[in-house]
Amino acid sequence: MTITMRAGSGPDELLHKVEVLSEQHLANCYQCGTCAATCPLAAQMDLLPDMLIRHLLFGLPGVLERRTLWVCVGCESCTDRCPRGIDVARIIEALRQIRLQDRGDELAVAQLPDAARELPPIALVASLRRHTG
Amino acid sequence: MQIAYYPGCTIKASARQHEGAALAVLRALGVELREMEEWNCCGVVHSLTSDNLIRHMAPVRVFARLREQGNNEVATLCDMCFNTLARANQLAHEHPEQIEAMSVTSGGELNYDGNSGVLHLLQILRDRVGWAKIRARVRRPLRGLTVYPYYGCKLLRPSEIGIDDPETPAVLRDLMQALGATVVEGSLQTQCCGAYHVVDREELVAGRVAATTAQARERGSEAIVLSCPLCHFNFDTLQPQASAPLPVFYYTQLMGLAFGLEPGELGLDAHHTDLLPLLEQHNLIRPKGGPA
Ligand code: SF4
Ligand code: SF4
Repeated sequence: MTITMRAGSGPDELLHKVEVLSEQHLANCYQCGTCAATCPLAAQMDLLPDMLIRHLLFGLPGVLERRTLWVCVGCESCTDRCPRGIDVARIIEALRQIRLQDRGDELAVAQLPDAARELPPIALVASLRRHTG
Repeated sequence: MQIAYYPGCTIKASARQHEGAALAVLRALGVELREMEEWNCCGVVHSLTSDNLIRHMAPVRVFARLREQGNNEVATLCDMCFNTLARANQLAHEHPEQIEAMSVTSGGELNYDGNSGVLHLLQILRDRVGWAKIRARVRRPLRGLTVYPYYGCKLLRPSEIGIDDPETPAVLRDLMQALGATVVEGSLQTQCCGAYHVVDREELVAGRVAATTAQARERGSEAIVLSCPLCHFNFDTLQPQASAPLPVFYYTQLMGLAFGLEPGELGLDAHHTDLLPLLEQHNLIRPKGGPA
């Protein structure tokens, strides 16, 4: 009996794209959960970083719709602490980039509140760079 | 000692007090930062994917300008500029072919070999000036003042470019102790403050700031001392309303106070949280309207 974990070719293709863009081999992850435990924003994520990797490996649907992609701020704590040397921040950046290419920008400059003018320029530029293709 | 200086946008906007204090403190130590004649935004975040070369253009251009202006080493105060520049420098050093590809798309003007030095001001203070000289310059030790150093992300990670141990950094602690302050520490010192989420997910930042200031308070801290202008903005404006906010200082401001510099040079009034009551309490500045 064969059990197929992947539905069609889509998810395989996504895993491949993520691996090329992030230059990471996701199967190296042994699911220890260190990345999730170390992430300061994990409580706001709808799929923890270790689960995200698992979902990609299994080809589960919906990874690109997860809030996690936008909650991750790229602080690289996970990357720094992964015992398998996996750059988790790069994996999430690759997912953001794929999503932005598919669906367009996440944050429109016009939507920014007036108060944004008071913000440090580094906040605005960093936010725009992470939310636009 | 003279070093070329890349300020970056934020140092010229919301973090002007940090620059003012830094230049005054460095003058007192005999170090001159010479601002680059021409510079552009560094791009702020290092692109992490393999096919996004265009995003490395801004920092590489900064290095190209630096070379044109005859320099081989550049100093910065901003943690985000430091991180972006140091990583672009490393990329250029390790992958000259990527710079070459970028150069072709920009009409061949971008020549850069990745062989410049990028220095954060804290590295200049620790590695070039040294704690002994800083200690010797102190005129008014910060005795009795208890501070919690906050490092955030960009000074420490990734470790290939970080200026200190990413797990147990010491640079701000050592500096504060050289100034005579008491230092308390905790696990949240190196955890991200939420950074640019302040633009449209403010509640994420507020949560991080609340947790970190609670830890600082619990350990007995009276103030937060930090380096990054974005962390500064977040801690200065997003502390919980429930209790009086902890004052948030740039390390350069505390250096200036300990050196006995004019408080007017240190931008102490350019903050949301009021810094003066704590400083008056510790006799580090004269009370307003008090005896001269
Ligand atoms: S820390 Fe590394 S090995 Fe552990 S779950 Fe995360 S990515 Fe996988
Ligand atoms: S880089 Fe993203 S996923 Fe990793 S610890 Fe930071 S916020 Fe969490």
